[in-house]
Amino acid sequence: MNVPNRARLRDTHVTLSHGGGGRAMRDLIDEVFASAFRPDAMEDQARLSDAALAEPGARLAMTTDGFVVTPLEFPGGDIGKLAICGTVNDLAVGGARPLWLSAAFIIEEGTEIALLRRIAATMAAEADAAGVRIVTGDTKVVGRGAADGVFVTTTGVGVIPPGRDLAATHIRPGDVAIVNGVLGDHGATILAARGDLALSTDIRSDCQALGHLMEAVIAAAPGTRAARDATRGGLASALNEMAEAAGVGVGIEEEALPLRDEVKGMCEILGLDPLYLANEGTLVLFVPEAEAEAALAAMRDRPEGRGAVIVGRATGDHPGQVRMRTAFGGARIVDMLVGEQLPRIC
Amino acid sequence: MKYATEFRDPKAARAVLARIAGLADQIGATKARPVHIMEICGGHTHAIFRYGLDKLVHEGIEFIHGPGCPVCVLPMSRVDECVEIARRPGVIFTTFGDAMRVPGTKMSLMQAKAAGADIRMVYSPLDALELARRNPERKVVFFGLGFETTTPSTALSIQQAAREGLENFSVFCNHITVPEPIRALLDDPHMVLDGFVGPGHVSMVIGIHPYDFIARDYGKPIVVAGFEPLDLLQSVLMVLIQIRDGRAEVENQYARVVPEHGNPVSLAAIDDVYEKRPSFEWRGLGEIDRSGLRIRAKYRAYDAEETFGIGYAAGPRVVAEPEGCACGQVMTGRIKPTGCAQFGSGCTPEMPLGALMVSSEGACAAYWQYGGARISEAVE
Repeated sequence: MNVPNRARLRDTHVTLSHGGGGRAMRDLIDEVFASAFRPDAMEDQARLSDAALAEPGARLAMTTDGFVVTPLEFPGGDIGKLAICGTVNDLAVGGARPLWLSAAFIIEEGTEIALLRRIAATMAAEADAAGVRIVTGDTKVVGRGAADGVFVTTTGVGVIPPGRDLAATHIRPGDVAIVNGVLGDHGATILAARGDLALSTDIRSDCQALGHLMEAVIAAAPGTRAARDATRGGLASALNEMAEAAGVGVGIEEEALPLRDEVKGMCEILGLDPLYLANEGTLVLFVPEAEAEAALAAMRDRPEGRGAVIVGRATGDHPGQVRMRTAFGGARIVDMLVGEQLPRIC
Repeated sequence: MKYATEFRDPKAARAVLARIAGLADQIGATKARPVHIMEICGGHTHAIFRYGLDKLVHEGIEFIHGPGCPVCVLPMSRVDECVEIARRPGVIFTTFGDAMRVPGTKMSLMQAKAAGADIRMVYSPLDALELARRNPERKVVFFGLGFETTTPSTALSIQQAAREGLENFSVFCNHITVPEPIRALLDDPHMVLDGFVGPGHVSMVIGIHPYDFIARDYGKPIVVAGFEPLDLLQSVLMVLIQIRDGRAEVENQYARVVPEHGNPVSLAAIDDVYEKRPSFEWRGLGEIDRSGLRIRAKYRAYDAEETFGIGYAAGPRVVAEPEGCACGQVMTGRIKPTGCAQFGSGCTPEMPLGALMVSSEGACAAYWQYGGARISEAVE
């Protein structure tokens, strides 16, 4: 641990010298990031103990993701929380226990140091809660205009216990599709937080780490086939990917979809479909019907899964397609999102 | 938004559907000899497919998807002109989001933005005004697009700019009107139409009387409708009742929102700022007399066509539709989207060839997106 006793970082905004490799950069890293993340050693390469891999048959899982979001702070989270949860969730839905993370920052010249401190603090708190350690990182400063505030890339390493094998290809007709709670809150929050909509809402991002929830589900429903983190592209895209990979159809019920009235209302006004709105703490999983009740009960026991509901099931018909039965009893295809959703004019 | 849920009540819908079926039988509508009802507005087309209403109504009712999507009917020449303005030095070009993907002959606004043009998505022309205030050294152009629904807000932004004396704000005016293309369709000898469902949002502004000619001169019923599924179904029922009774009238299903004579404040703003163009080009339909609006001479300083010397100010430019594109035929109800040779192969939402695939409210996009073409059997 090499965190200085005395604060040396007196600047209020990041300058190019904070990326120059000298003392200013050292101070920034020590005081903003290392003091928050408390890694075991200040070296570029973390040396990981093999204790977690001691069980025969355990496998390593690794994932990486870049995070860019405007605004950097929003109701329910900030870019740092996204960067932790996003990577933890990628590992978790693959069946891995998330253990270690790296964090790389690309910072635009002129960024407030106080903002960086807040981001580092949420990252540290979120990592603690998720049971992961941030063990290494990198910091680069780029000129004003070359980046949009702060970009964060996190890479995660986890361990998949022996005998655990989640994959969309395991989904069978009859399996039940479950989500852990309301849909679209993150996408709606970001839209509202950008401030150009003149919409005031109380919606908060659902940004949360799902590692503990996944462990609870798998313990209660060991036959769980597959899980996905329904992020960009929303529930619709996650289900389409799974249907295609498994070669099954997926049928969902419009009336079963958990949506807040505020999110529905905002989508009505803007001409958006909440099924495609991004989520940052939404789990979609397929479990055999016989284990569905156990999975639901285990999820509802945890705060991240309080709103767990069955939204549909896999079918042997129309392989690769997701279809929705509307509240009217009509049917429609729920396709992959084309491009990005753009608000309509009238 | 709880208000909306009342208009999505499945039980009430089933009751209306049953009455529609009864009336359809009574007037002898069959799959082979259907009643053709045109929903003019793209928002209605979208709702029909989103809720699967086309599959739920009696097989003797056939929806013809009209030209009421401003993004769909925007001609390529105008998209080219948008790109041309946006690429001029010092310009900030502002647009509603759904116009971003419309293809021009060389590129869309989305592609022009990626190529370096300063194009920004806004949610209201007032956002563009604010950009102009904050960037006095730049010329901020607002892409005025849409039917009577969006026309007043553009007019208000021009009036506001004039009051403030803002010199760096202008509007590229592509506002169009609903009644004229309907008249053009009714004059088309190939059209088979038995009744209309009219756009409620438009009538909030203009009232219901601009449609009187449909009933009076052409003997067709028209019902101004809201956008919830029950609104639509009830309007279809009202059209059928008129047909059964041998009546042709303008009726207002959307009376909870639509005043008979429209909104006087909006109408005054429209009248102050715009005048009719002699003619305007529609994608898939060609030039239609007096179907577009231009900015009056007294607001010439805010007319981007004048200040940039482009568009109709530079002489009309008609660009041919892409080869094989049958949008015009789909829009006039001569064929279904699936009847177009390009549908789903040469033309998809990812790579739209024609107008009706461009906007999510276009008939082809709605057909594709919600699977009207791909759900062959009803889902149980």
